[in-house]
Amino acid sequence: MNSAKSTVPFKGTPEQEAELLKVIEEKKNDKGSLMPILQKAQEIYGYLPIEVQAIISDNTGIPLEKIYGVVTFYAQFSLYPKGEYTISVCLGTACYVKGSGDIYNKLQEKLGIGGGECTPDGKFSLDACRCIGACGLAPVLTVNEDVYGRLTVDDVDKILEKYA
Amino acid sequence: MENITVKINGVELEVPKGTTVLEAAHMAGFEIPTLCYMKEINEIGACRICVTEVNEGRGFRLVAGCVYPCSDKMEILTSSPKVIESRKKTLELILSTHDRKCLSCVRSGNCELQKLAKDYGVEDATKYDGVKNEYEVDNSAPHMYRDNNKCILCRRCVAVCAKTQGIGVIGANERGFKTYIGSAFDMGLGETSCVSCGQCIAVCPVGALSEKDYTKEVMAAIADPEKTVLVQTAPAVRAGLGECFGNPIGTNAEGKMVAALRRLGFDKVFDTDFSADLTIMEEANEFLDRFTNGGTLPLITSCSPGWIKFCEHYYPDLLDHLSSCKSPQQMFGATAKTYWAQKMGIDPKNIVMVSIMPCTAKKFEIGRPDQSAAGVPDVDYALTTRELGRMIERAGILFNSLPEEKFDDPLGISTGAAVIFGATGGVMEAALRTAVYTLTGENVTDLPEVRGTKDIKEATYNVAGNEVNVIVTSGLANARKVLDSIRDGSCKAQFIEIMACPGGCVNGGGQPQVPMGIRNFVDIREERAKVLYNLDKSMPLRQSHENPAIKKVYEEFFEKPGSHKAHEVLHTSYVKRKVNEI
Repeated sequence: MNSAKSTVPFKGTPEQEAELLKVIEEKKNDKGSLMPILQKAQEIYGYLPIEVQAIISDNTGIPLEKIYGVVTFYAQFSLYPKGEYTISVCLGTACYVKGSGDIYNKLQEKLGIGGGECTPDGKFSLDACRCIGACGLAPVLTVNEDVYGRLTVDDVDKILEKYA
Repeated sequence: MENITVKINGVELEVPKGTTVLEAAHMAGFEIPTLCYMKEINEIGACRICVTEVNEGRGFRLVAGCVYPCSDKMEILTSSPKVIESRKKTLELILSTHDRKCLSCVRSGNCELQKLAKDYGVEDATKYDGVKNEYEVDNSAPHMYRDNNKCILCRRCVAVCAKTQGIGVIGANERGFKTYIGSAFDMGLGETSCVSCGQCIAVCPVGALSEKDYTKEVMAAIADPEKTVLVQTAPAVRAGLGECFGNPIGTNAEGKMVAALRRLGFDKVFDTDFSADLTIMEEANEFLDRFTNGGTLPLITSCSPGWIKFCEHYYPDLLDHLSSCKSPQQMFGATAKTYWAQKMGIDPKNIVMVSIMPCTAKKFEIGRPDQSAAGVPDVDYALTTRELGRMIERAGILFNSLPEEKFDDPLGISTGAAVIFGATGGVMEAALRTAVYTLTGENVTDLPEVRGTKDIKEATYNVAGNEVNVIVTSGLANARKVLDSIRDGSCKAQFIEIMACPGGCVNGGGQPQVPMGIRNFVDIREERAKVLYNLDKSMPLRQSHENPAIKKVYEEFFEKPGSHKAHEVLHTSYVKRKVNEI
């Protein structure tokens, strides 16, 4: 089985854990407390890796699988951290028609990660996004605040090199 | 309770308010098919195979019959053309992402989906073919496979794991078309705190979940002239095996089972009931020792390996309460490979010990540490009742025409106290029979207080001026309540019996699967337990300490219960585990 455990080393601090435990203590006896606890946990850590979900499970008695089921159900939760550089590829209609799907696939292949994931060195994370309003430049991707347009698959290497 | 009147397919019927359409139809003699519905455990109305037309005065419409309550003067149509068409379409849609390899499927012939496809005349299962999800088979657990390519997402396994067993190591991940049943972070089941109880397999309607099958290995051992192949059968197997051959639930198959095993070629057909009696000798002795010498109380029984693993993961602080006795399966193997092997002059390395169990956790148990009294594993293969059924069928043995035969001596000799091990309360009753005799010299037999399928049974007995409080429970969600009461100090009991599966081994995860359409209306725990209590009643000896073979094994080998030798061979140790091992 391919585990969905993140390959990025977990860098949680004792302060973050103390904050999470406080949230759990406040909320754990409320009905339907899992969602708010998960939202707070994601605020604290930025994402919800197994280490964080296990803290929640151990301190609420909610089975880890149930937590994981909720986390993977809702798009608002992420199992992976954001990288130093967040790459977003627009898969909106215009960009997609202009071949952004191929660019997205090429990035996954080059980086060795899937959509929503982060490279093990913490450098790049990759997401698909919907229309960013630059259809005239389609296909478009962004790296943090930088926008790249009118791309072809061959541009991918050059863009990645800039941030290497 | 207020009654209301409904009309089902033209049949008028009075039912209590709150009755579901499914229940009312059943009372009127009509079956509404179900896939996801499990009474009180999984009432989620998700699969839509139970759709039924109802008219509450505003015209007929389709509702989910399994959860929709009847209203007064409701008209119900359970098999109108519209109903049939809707169910058929649902089946076609389920089949559109189903791995339709029925020929090689372990459930072929008793698959609930296959039966429905036939009943509803699904002509072309490929009608909605399109993108299919493909999954790797999870074989990481010692006892079972999960093949999600056959899963229909009914969530019966999820419900039984979380609710009945209070564990919840499987659930639905992702959403929409990508939804699949699995464990957290896609860990294999073997990496989780799964206790191997197999209740998920017992409720799976299709071939997505199945035990790891070792029938080929066993047949190869039987064919090997170098090997002496012994078989032992757990008490509950005789109460379930008949169902594999079309017999009604609650058929006693003991004699035919023995005959079938002999015809399969086992060298000796022995009975786990023998070692159940042995367990009682050791466990009653352990209880009396702890009771009189101030040992850790309450003492908790250790026959159920699913329960043991549960305790190790979830209540490691209570491990001292567990009896150190090996389970009867392991005691049997240990005794056969030491005492019997010596007596017969056979090298234990050449003995292949096969057990037939109503249980899947037994497959995990045989691989535990500290279960090799003769330097080789006490038990080599643990097969489920279902696997034995398959072996008999494959060998072309006409089970129902077999004569009734008897177990071989001496490890086939047993008492009524042993055979009731297979039902919840049986171990407690058997232990009390012997403990009372030891303290008072009195013979007691029937102890109805600890029998039956109530979640938690409590009783107080006055034994030689001492008050002995006992608790019997089964199903691990129930066990949690009892264990929490030990933790918080409110538990008054000195002796507790816990079985992982609800109702005990008769309803074990390795027993023949009963379609949910029957299980929702028949208590299989009760029907199968009756077989064992009737056997107990019919036996000349009903107390473990009266078993002549047990007396002899102590005389010749173990000396006395709790002796050094007995500890070496018949007792074991446990390990602390965590819930979330990450």
